[in-house]
Amino acid sequence: MNKLKVGIIGSGNIGTDLMYKIERCDSLEMSVMVGIDPDSEGLKRAQDAGYTVISNGIDGLMKQLDLVDIVFDATSAYAHKAHSDLLTAAGKKVIDLTPAAIGPFTVPPVNLKANFESSNVNMVTCGGQATIPIVYAISRIVPVEYAEIVATVASKSAGPGTRANIDEFTHTTARAIEVVGGAEKGKAIIILNPAEPPVIMRDTVNALIKDKNFDEAAVIASIEKMVTDVQEYVPGYRLRGAPQFDGQRVSVFLEVEGAGDFFPAYSGNLDIMTAAAAKVANEMAKELLATKA
Amino acid sequence: MEKKSFEILDVTLRDGSHSMSHAFTPQQVRETARGLDAAGVRYFEVSHGDGLGGSSLQYGLSAHDELKLIEIAADECKQAEVSVLLIPGIGVKGDLQDAVKAGAKMVRVATHVTEADVAAQHIALGRELGLKTVGFLMMSHMASVEKIVEQAKLFESYGAEVIYVTDSAGYMLPQDVTNRISALKQSVGCEIGFHGHNNLSMAMANTVAAVEAGATFIDGSLRALGAGSGNTQTEVMVAVLERLGYQTGIDFYKIMDVANDVVAKYMPRPQEISGSSLIMGYSGVYSSFLLHTQVAAKRFGVDERDILVELGRIKAIGGQEDLIYDVAQRLAVQI
Repeated sequence: MNKLKVGIIGSGNIGTDLMYKIERCDSLEMSVMVGIDPDSEGLKRAQDAGYTVISNGIDGLMKQLDLVDIVFDATSAYAHKAHSDLLTAAGKKVIDLTPAAIGPFTVPPVNLKANFESSNVNMVTCGGQATIPIVYAISRIVPVEYAEIVATVASKSAGPGTRANIDEFTHTTARAIEVVGGAEKGKAIIILNPAEPPVIMRDTVNALIKDKNFDEAAVIASIEKMVTDVQEYVPGYRLRGAPQFDGQRVSVFLEVEGAGDFFPAYSGNLDIMTAAAAKVANEMAKELLATKA
Repeated sequence: MEKKSFEILDVTLRDGSHSMSHAFTPQQVRETARGLDAAGVRYFEVSHGDGLGGSSLQYGLSAHDELKLIEIAADECKQAEVSVLLIPGIGVKGDLQDAVKAGAKMVRVATHVTEADVAAQHIALGRELGLKTVGFLMMSHMASVEKIVEQAKLFESYGAEVIYVTDSAGYMLPQDVTNRISALKQSVGCEIGFHGHNNLSMAMANTVAAVEAGATFIDGSLRALGAGSGNTQTEVMVAVLERLGYQTGIDFYKIMDVANDVVAKYMPRPQEISGSSLIMGYSGVYSSFLLHTQVAAKRFGVDERDILVELGRIKAIGGQEDLIYDVAQRLAVQI
């Protein structure tokens, strides 16, 4: 057996899209989809694909724990705490896609392997996954005094959870810009744009570099390298134009086109979240399987 | 003399922040607040142009801490009350709690006209803190009357006491205002407000249309100091409404004094309708993009009107200032 078994709690948009990402991971085996609505699209699709389906939530999963090694939580920050307590007590690894931020933040191209020991790993936010790699790409070359990100997503791709938790989005993202991105101070702004046809996720990173003199070419090279690193798991991640320098200020414009698994391609915000979570779990599985062997 | 049926809310110290590049000084705020209070204005707004927490590289860093400015303004109030703007996604609940400690008594929670449901927790907090709580539908020209009614009902369900139709782009014509305000009057129980911009020289006509359709909160700014070509000019609005037979409760000479002796002295430029602000009104672009567009046009060597037309075409909404640089950069490559 060279794969770890995966359970997904939350059969909504994120959970369903994640299912398709898991199917493409070489060290993960999609096993169980857990929801609370037997008629949900996500549970139906999981059933059709031949996976075990549980429609009475975490209680149902707790009775069939042997079916999972790693559990993704794609429910809500509020529900996550209880899920995490139960699962980690049972020795399962938990990957948190809500903004609950109980476990350490993970952004794959920055600290992919840093938190494998942790029983709960948090995936920050969609805006964080899209921008923190760039903040880090700058801060690994020159100290960054302040970094601010602006994430613009299509209204249609922001579900009720995101809308109700808009303050949590800004708090969690800002904190992760500091903790993972390496900026001394972080700030996050999110904008929901209702234009039709829906707009592709756009992100802007504005950073203030601490030193007056720095190697502009090295910063650009670092950003470009980072973009290719993210493209490994999100092929539609790209720069829009060259990074702009104005004194100590750097501005980087990005666009994130999704893979179009369950969501339309404009929802790069959702895609980058599920792709990053799948990547973390897959690498974690590799390491766990290697130590077991 | 029965016709006093509305409140004039002055936004000089908030919308004017855009024109001042977010650099109001404590002295300017103190003198303006004192003049507004003395003239009998009941509510006036003090915040970064993009609301609490707006100080950023994206919108412009505040030269002075906005909480300090709110405190100074509140300190000058004998009868008036200070309002603050909060745009969810930019500002957070903690910012509002801080503003209340600094003396704010009213909050206007602003969302794009179709996105009212991001504001539920902020409106609830406003009520919980005992503030006069307002829902502010920005870029109201971009939605149909039915959509505005649906979104206003959401605001009302969260606890908003007043709902604003906000013509952020200065795009609306009087009939657009009449249609929206009348529909809201029929379908929601709370009070209705109107906030205009003068990009098409329609701010005053739209204000009159709003009042006649039943709006009971009307925004203005002294000497029209505000984003784009500015807002409905407060002191002129007092004169016009008095002529129409309304009693505004505002001392005409005193409001003229604060406009001309205080605000006019610190305005960086007159609020005239320039080529760019005219394009904004014509193509429906968010008024606070004006100065950012001028900077981007210079930087990339392109015509600012081309940037604005493109922003209108791709349906940019409030807050997307980063898109200006993106568009300017792309236009520069095409040249």
